[in-house]
Amino acid sequence: MIGEQKVRELTDDLRRYSTADQTEVVLVANESGLTRYANSAIHQNVLESNAEVRVRAVLGKKIGVATSNSLGPNALRQLVDRAIAVARRQPENPDFVSLPSPKPNQRLNACDDRTAGCTPEDRARAVGTVCSLALDRQLSAAGALQTGTREYAVANSLGAFGYDTQSTASLTAVVMSDTGSGYAERNSVFFNALEPEEVAREAIDKALRSRNPVDLPPGEYVTLLEEYAVAEMLLYLAYIGLGALAVQEGRSFMNGKFGRQIADPGISIWDDGWDPRGFPRSFDFEGVPKQRVDMISRGIANAVVYDSYTAFREGKESTGHGLPAPNPYGPMSINLFMGTGDATKEQMLASVDRGLWVTRFHYVNVVHPTQTILTGMTRDGTFLIEKGEIVGPVKNLRFTQSVLEALSAVRKIGKEARFAHSDESATVVPALLVDRFRFTGATQF
Amino acid sequence: MRDLASRCLDLARALGAGYADVRVLRVRNEEVVVKNGKVEAMLVHEEEGFGVRALANGAWGFAGSHRLEPAEADRMTDLAVRIARASALVKRADVNLGPPVVSTGSYSTPVKIDPFGVSMEDRVHLLLEADAAMRQVQGITLAEGSLQCIRTDKLFASTEGSFVEQQLVETGAGLEATAVRDGEVQKRSYPNSFGRQQGTAGYEFVLDMKLVDNAPVIAEQAVQLLSAPQCPRDLVTTIILDPTQVALQVHESCGHPIELDRVMGTEAGYAGTSFLTLDKLRNFRYGSDVVNIAADATVPGGLGSFGYDDEGVPAQRVPIVQDGLFVNYLTSRETASVLGQRSNGTMRADGWNRIPLIRMTNVNLEPGPWSLQELIADTDEGIFAQTNKSWSIDDRRLNFQFGTEIAWEIKGGKLGTMYKNATYTGITPQFWGGCDAVCREWTVWGVPNCGKGEPMQVAHVGHGTAAARFRNVRVGVMG
Repeated sequence: MIGEQKVRELTDDLRRYSTADQTEVVLVANESGLTRYANSAIHQNVLESNAEVRVRAVLGKKIGVATSNSLGPNALRQLVDRAIAVARRQPENPDFVSLPSPKPNQRLNACDDRTAGCTPEDRARAVGTVCSLALDRQLSAAGALQTGTREYAVANSLGAFGYDTQSTASLTAVVMSDTGSGYAERNSVFFNALEPEEVAREAIDKALRSRNPVDLPPGEYVTLLEEYAVAEMLLYLAYIGLGALAVQEGRSFMNGKFGRQIADPGISIWDDGWDPRGFPRSFDFEGVPKQRVDMISRGIANAVVYDSYTAFREGKESTGHGLPAPNPYGPMSINLFMGTGDATKEQMLASVDRGLWVTRFHYVNVVHPTQTILTGMTRDGTFLIEKGEIVGPVKNLRFTQSVLEALSAVRKIGKEARFAHSDESATVVPALLVDRFRFTGATQF
Repeated sequence: MRDLASRCLDLARALGAGYADVRVLRVRNEEVVVKNGKVEAMLVHEEEGFGVRALANGAWGFAGSHRLEPAEADRMTDLAVRIARASALVKRADVNLGPPVVSTGSYSTPVKIDPFGVSMEDRVHLLLEADAAMRQVQGITLAEGSLQCIRTDKLFASTEGSFVEQQLVETGAGLEATAVRDGEVQKRSYPNSFGRQQGTAGYEFVLDMKLVDNAPVIAEQAVQLLSAPQCPRDLVTTIILDPTQVALQVHESCGHPIELDRVMGTEAGYAGTSFLTLDKLRNFRYGSDVVNIAADATVPGGLGSFGYDDEGVPAQRVPIVQDGLFVNYLTSRETASVLGQRSNGTMRADGWNRIPLIRMTNVNLEPGPWSLQELIADTDEGIFAQTNKSWSIDDRRLNFQFGTEIAWEIKGGKLGTMYKNATYTGITPQFWGGCDAVCREWTVWGVPNCGKGEPMQVAHVGHGTAAARFRNVRVGVMG
């Protein structure tokens, strides 16, 4: 860890070097270890120490960005010079107004000392637990355990300054037999919350129940989507249409729908950087404090997230969802939550006369963004449900399905939410039971 | 760079590593993005760092840092060896790298016009000119263009005596025209989707694209697509894919399943495994007789071309599918040794802070005798699909579904109605088994966004392809 004092000195130096009209400095430093295992043994085991500084220099309405991971005084001066030189060489961007002004913000400490101090031996022991438990059942385990710390700092010449520390810990497990597989994951700020025995138990249970799957014809089924599958759908929904730029460019499914019912009244989706159930952040990559944004409330299209560029266009305030400059992709939601309901998975299962239980999806992609149609495969535990009970595993299926249609056909919503996806972002969601989910292809495994 | 590399290797030996290698990198990346007549992004990115990979107690460890300083070299080397010993706590067999590899030499990407010597102003001007040409077409909502050049100076050294220096230069550019009307969004890209076409080459690569000339063509198509009928649903027919879509088809359904690390299960926890299991080597009909595929890291200009891989193994050309028969995998030293082979040189890392993995080089479908015009004229009924829009494939690389930006009906040997939102789906060996013709107009297409591994690595790979025809394909899956 570099530490706040040194980070402040570094960003002060950079702003002092700059002769630009406005200057922004973003620093992201990380030290992260990741232990990968496959065939029930560790086969890759890595550590990375890096710090990247990003300078955005503004000359009138000309903007230049330069980045470097070299932190010496000469290197930093050169970095500022490069950003200014880049700005000088381009035409003005009439849409640019200003870097964000400073806003009062609360401090956040999302860094756990135990996680920060996690050793290669700690990671190996946790992975060893998963591998041993799988081998005990004549199964093969694969996955990864990541631990690390990040420091985020943003400072600009208008006086904005933010400094966050964050620790992250994630454990994934795919447990396989010759004919089936199961999956589990845990993500937390706290290494001690990973529960490798529980992860192993969940994945092993699925793997054992997934053996010898049978063919099932593609078609429309009542489907119980576990949290991992719901998280994947939600991430894509945010990516294709819950940012202001997509709306401003007319390519979001939210266009023309604000204030209208687009999902079941039980569905609420929001972004909240402060919620400790995810990976909290107190400000975005422009230093703007994170605001909670209720994007879909009780099924009604309500709002999207903004950065300063898209906010200035509409005379609004940024909601604190800017990505590092230069950012042609627009603001992005990275702390996603879906509201819970009142059903247990057992109650969902009991209510299904005939349907499918899906553990997770694989290789999802967008087929039609404004109709929110995605395609992808099921993976690591797909089961046929009959008369309220799981009757056995089925071979993996391809789905091609509109997310909003699925969210409009929700029969039950899980009473517990799970942090079900982590890739520097957080997605905390319940399981869903939907009346109609369209499977369009089959496999032989 | 040399001193730091030697320091790491000496310390690794002293700490008891059975093998170690070190890579030291300096990278400069310049990128320009324009949108609707404005410069949306202009970025100069520089980074440097080193990574030490060590074998100790028969297991791997790796540590990398951005600080090219002696004390940090010692810390990272010590950590790499310590991590290797921790890995050995959960091992089932010792790593075997096979015979030593001792490579010495250097390689530089052949470049006619140094892209970094072309002024930023000229690069911006070219993109803005193309942008204006797209926006002259009525109905265009978004016009975008991007241009990128990357220079990587890389040193590789190992305790076996390898010492290799390389300078790799990549240049790429592309355009996107988007039309939006009544909730329908249609996009056309040139020369390829994924933002740009990219190769290991100089600025001549961008000039050859003739971006300004082609800008109005894609803009007009994007607008026409808004009024075009939906591609027929759930139809089994003949499909001709343009070279860029063939490239992605090769990438997903051949390139990934021939990675021997996937086959051996070491990607099972994330990207998945492969249907091309070891029993299928030289014993499995991957496609029809006209399907010939080779992995070739020596193709001039290919995005997957280099001099040496990140284990110091020289770049090479390897047959993968011969007359439809599956004959080879992409290998590393460790995986090749399991088969009693030598590595065919495909280990590459996405930067100093990542370990090398088996990555595609240029996985190429060999050209056939047809021209595209002849092929369409020879097709009574079917669909001609162009430029990838969406892609998905299962974790063994069998069941795929792709969408393309644009398609046309083929009727009586001629192109007819334009279709929007075309998709097609299939099972890999059946699909390639239905390939009955490959064209001769052949280009290496760059795929700059190939994801694999944890932490995620993004590789830049290439696919030499031509248009090809496939029989009995299911098209029009829209849910």
